[in-house]
Amino acid sequence: MEKKIGTKKSFLNIKDMTDTNLLLSITIIVFFLMYIGAMIFLGEGFLKSQTFFNILNDQSALIIVSCGMSLVMITGGIDISVGGMAALISMSCAVLLDMKGGSLVGSMGLAILIGLAFGLVQGYLVAFLDIQPFIVSLAGMFFARGMTTIVNTAPFNVANESFVALKNTRLNIPGVGSVNKNGDFVNAYVEIGVIVALLVVIVMFVVLRWTKLGRNFYAVGGNKQSALMLGINVKLTKFLSHMICSFLAGIAGYVYFMHVGSGSASHASGAEMNAIASSIIGGTMLTGGVGNIIGTMFGTLSLATIQNIVTSAGLDEAWWTGITNAAMLCLFLVIQSVIMAQRKKAQVG
Amino acid sequence: MSKTSVNTNESFFKKMIHSQIFIPIAALLLLTLFNLIWDPSFFKINIGPDASGNQVLSGYIITILDNASELVILAIGMTLVTAASGGQDISVGAAIAIAGSVILRVLCGSDSRSTELQAPIIVAFIIACVVAMLFGAFNGVLVAYFKIQPMVATLILFTAGRSIAAWINNNELPIVTDVSLSYYGNFIPGIPIPTPVFIAIICVIIIMLVLKFTTLGLYTQSVGINEKSSRLNGLNPELIKLLTFVILGLCVAVAGLIKVGRFSTINYSVIAKDIEMDAILAVALGGNALGGGKFNMMASVLGAYVIQYLTTTLYKLKVSSDALSAYKAIVVILLVVLSAPIVREKLAKLGKKLKKKEA
Repeated sequence: MEKKIGTKKSFLNIKDMTDTNLLLSITIIVFFLMYIGAMIFLGEGFLKSQTFFNILNDQSALIIVSCGMSLVMITGGIDISVGGMAALISMSCAVLLDMKGGSLVGSMGLAILIGLAFGLVQGYLVAFLDIQPFIVSLAGMFFARGMTTIVNTAPFNVANESFVALKNTRLNIPGVGSVNKNGDFVNAYVEIGVIVALLVVIVMFVVLRWTKLGRNFYAVGGNKQSALMLGINVKLTKFLSHMICSFLAGIAGYVYFMHVGSGSASHASGAEMNAIASSIIGGTMLTGGVGNIIGTMFGTLSLATIQNIVTSAGLDEAWWTGITNAAMLCLFLVIQSVIMAQRKKAQVG
Repeated sequence: MSKTSVNTNESFFKKMIHSQIFIPIAALLLLTLFNLIWDPSFFKINIGPDASGNQVLSGYIITILDNASELVILAIGMTLVTAASGGQDISVGAAIAIAGSVILRVLCGSDSRSTELQAPIIVAFIIACVVAMLFGAFNGVLVAYFKIQPMVATLILFTAGRSIAAWINNNELPIVTDVSLSYYGNFIPGIPIPTPVFIAIICVIIIMLVLKFTTLGLYTQSVGINEKSSRLNGLNPELIKLLTFVILGLCVAVAGLIKVGRFSTINYSVIAKDIEMDAILAVALGGNALGGGKFNMMASVLGAYVIQYLTTTLYKLKVSSDALSAYKAIVVILLVVLSAPIVREKLAKLGKKLKKKEA
């Protein structure tokens, strides 16, 4: 097909959009529709700005993890060890702070170190020994979960003063807030983790969009063979994707630790599946080569919003969360699959 | 003369090393050797009365054979799914919860504490089979017709499965007091070997006969190797993929019956937890390519037993059940690294170099 070079690219022209952009816009539109719908039909809670910021507070760690997950998925791999890593990091840091008398900076260093160590081993096994990423990270998950209980079995809250101070730090957002029952204006706030998460999203977005390394990830995930012929170091790129993912999981582990303030072996259970779901809802494809970090962020927020809707609609029973999450995932997958199939048909015809 | 015989010996040895079933057998031998050195009493089998007075066999070997049953049955279905679709079903644990919940729901009727069975067990089992196969078909349709990657498609049921299982029984925990259900998970009076062992063996025999006398094995492999050329050869790849998922659904129902039979009750969040990971590991340990294509059913079945062997060995070494996974992970990584083609090639080269030096 001949490409028209002279025509102006319009954002709303679906045919001209890349796969990545199309899936991204679907995610964003669905998220806003859902949130606005919740505002109209459920009112109250959703009209308060703090509800939105609470979603951010709760999900900041998941957003960071999902960014790493998207990167690995764009490169054509998968990493299911991230949830276990978050549990291991929160437990290790909790033990370091409370039992070994470590410093705050030391615990942050430990978190990053654990992340990098996992990335090094998993990345090496996947990229240079050519073992399936699923098996490698499965073992990584088993290892992390087991190590967590070896480090310390009983869950406990961290009492270290400087850590608690950091945990309770709240950043007020000027001019945004709501009026409470007494008529006082209450400022909306976010935790430090949210700032970290937003920074990660911005950095990752810039890297993936405008750097050579970022484009290499897409190239390797899209077609390994042609990437190799273009002179891209496929193995190194794969290795780096796992390295960055684990590094981000390290940061996310600490952000999660800051949010919950305790160590427990059951922390972040199922986080890896949530991260994969967020990435998929955000338009990342497991086959590689397609995905967008902004979409991933909205994917995470969409999942959290639907959970909030379920609880505020009075469907409190635990099973509803599972079923609605699954229904949403199913909906997105089917939409993506149908749209992609139609586009393929249109391209052929 | 002697030289040629050495050569044939060597080629036999080489053939064995390169054959797929070598990995699980080697792992099995290694574990056995370790146990022999560590504590030979591992292999002792006792006979004695159990809680209900039956003369039954007990010992670690029996425990391994018994507890591996669900895994073996799942490994059969998982191997087929892996071969045809090039992906894995991660929802089997959740699906077992659903199947178990259905069995209990049918047996107990509306009263979760009823003392009598409301329906024969065979009816409950058949209904569970149908339900599990329907859920398998749901996964299969997503994978085959909507072209969603298997791991992602089954992520849906993975998230919802345990919730659905709880919903089937209105979040109650039914308890079956009738002993006949426990026959399927424990012992039948008068027979000293646990029933699940028999069920697993029957399943293996059935699948072996099916693979031998039907084209199922050939078709799944050809779809896994090259979908397009399979279609050109007159196969219907979508239907075959769907079929493998339905077969896995059937396996899930059988495993579900054993699981409920063991306890006569169900815990939705714990039952068959992480079994999907073990089932996938069994397939991988059997040396089957997780990317689809050729498979070796016996190797997968052996892989399942190896995993249970490993688990039981670790338990015997007083590893707590929580920490178990860390050790398992190390063993798995070692096995996978050693069986990786690149590592094997390098080892072979190293071996040749050593031989040259000797010469």
